[in-house]
Amino acid sequence: MSFPWAKQYTPSHPFMKWMDEKLPVPRLIYNAVGSGYEVPRNLNYFWNFGFLAGLCLVLQIVTGIVMAMHYAANTGVAFDTIEMTVRDVNWGWLFRYAHANGASAFFVVIYIHIFRGFYYGSYKAPREMVWLLGVVIFLLMMATAFMGYVLPWGQMSFWGAKVITGLFSAIPLVGEPLQQWLLGGFAPDNAALNRFFSLHYLLPFVILGVVILHIWALHIPGSSNPTGVEVKSESDTVPFYPYYIAKDGWAIGVFAILFAAAVFFFPNALGHPDNYIPANPMSTPAHIVPEWYFWPFYAILRSFTQDFFFIPAKLMGVLAMFGAILVWFFLPWLDKSPVRSGSYRPMYKKFFWFGLIPAMAVLFYCGGAPAVEPYVMISQIAAFYYFAHFLIVLPVVSAIEKPLPLPYSITEAVLGKDEGAELAPAA
Amino acid sequence: MAEEDGVRRRDFINIAAVSAAGVAGVGVVIPLVSQMSASADVLAASSSEVDISAIKPGQAIKAVFRKQPVFVRNLTPKEIAEANAVPLSSLRDPQTLQERTKEGKENWLITMGVCTHLGCVPLGAGEGENRGEFGGYFCPCHGSVYDTAARIRKGPAPKNLEVPEYEFTSDTVVKIG
Repeated sequence: MSFPWAKQYTPSHPFMKWMDEKLPVPRLIYNAVGSGYEVPRNLNYFWNFGFLAGLCLVLQIVTGIVMAMHYAANTGVAFDTIEMTVRDVNWGWLFRYAHANGASAFFVVIYIHIFRGFYYGSYKAPREMVWLLGVVIFLLMMATAFMGYVLPWGQMSFWGAKVITGLFSAIPLVGEPLQQWLLGGFAPDNAALNRFFSLHYLLPFVILGVVILHIWALHIPGSSNPTGVEVKSESDTVPFYPYYIAKDGWAIGVFAILFAAAVFFFPNALGHPDNYIPANPMSTPAHIVPEWYFWPFYAILRSFTQDFFFIPAKLMGVLAMFGAILVWFFLPWLDKSPVRSGSYRPMYKKFFWFGLIPAMAVLFYCGGAPAVEPYVMISQIAAFYYFAHFLIVLPVVSAIEKPLPLPYSITEAVLGKDEGAELAPAA
Repeated sequence: MAEEDGVRRRDFINIAAVSAAGVAGVGVVIPLVSQMSASADVLAASSSEVDISAIKPGQAIKAVFRKQPVFVRNLTPKEIAEANAVPLSSLRDPQTLQERTKEGKENWLITMGVCTHLGCVPLGAGEGENRGEFGGYFCPCHGSVYDTAARIRKGPAPKNLEVPEYEFTSDTVVKIG
């Protein structure tokens, strides 16, 4: 959908007119990310992260295709081909470190994007489908990142693959056959490495497809905004081009500076030294940790240490870890408040800043720490709050909270007055 | 065909065509799924012979079976006594040492070196490694502790270390698998 005042695509050059009749791709682009897409005028910088996420996906696909040109998915040589890419291939170090740090950058951006959604209620009607597709993208990203981390076939690659596929063995009855089917053997080996490479190349393009659906679903109601008040009139919006293209360009500049600093000066800061030891199936590193972006969920996995009635602790941990993300699918229906933005929800805002954010920060920290006390107990408390936040706090708060008065419109929120408001009947 | 039969010629063609397509679809899915299972060469490499003549009481070695570690341990009489002193009711996965070893060879404890939690290699088979508070094996990944019969005593692992199929082909050689 576009608002009635959105600019219409009117090709003037004869070739563009001809093109518009045969294959209206320029029209599609104009209406999707050009002057034809009207966007609320009051978006803050948190709204840049969707665009940055798209940029990260492109960055990963481009650097990844280059990496695949020099990589060989065979347990005998995989480790060496990565090292030779870094040392011998022209500019190979750049592509390798851009790809490895690009994954981290992608997750930084996506976590901010997701928490923007939490705070401003972006998941609420009419944008539930945008949210659901976003969670699907996040799950695909996690699968892609995990399989990518296995490819260098270092110690962390190998043991990460073993532990993560070991999660599936927790499933009753079918668990172990399922794990062997996933690996194509009894432990990670050549079969597993090859299929992970195949899927690691495939999944980014699946993500790209779901991203297109995500944007399509977004453009039906149009973008949300920090007030959570829907667009009412022409004075509430500005066209995506040039206004938000320019603002996103600025965001790219900041992102590029930080990303270049990481790639050029701290390329291994987020990696693990053990992954520079070739995979050894006979010896487990003393301290196995996944990549940092999995830490909160890894902490939840490890916080189940006791059997729960007839459910073994191992299965509980696995269910909780997947449940921690699957609960996001129900978010649009767990949070019943008609007010979208956390800025107008005094109680919700407190639970967001003093509940969800600290719980997530603690889980992040504990997921990277060794599995000993006090970290286990701390992550148990944080994991409890994490689930309580979604399953208890949100429904209760949305039932008892008294929201602050909302502005009549985006224009009123920005300018202090809106002529339309004076003509409208009192609400 | 008469109209009142209920099934018209076109209905029959429709059902037949959709059924055939369904069967063909299943026929395509079976090889697509099955190709991911362990291949013949992986399954073929599934037995190993281990020489145990050099393992003295109290020592253990790491052998390789299906590209995974196997712990072969020569238990001391004290370790055997410790294992037999544990009441079965206190175990998460109740098994006696006798059930986990071959008759007359109760000092030879042969288990997979794969933690039943998430598959790490526990410590304890190598010289000087941490054997945990029950004197067996200790998994550093998530803190599972196994006793002298490699039974789970503490931590998140649900089962005892798996005893693979094996036989003594002579007094000094074990064939695993």
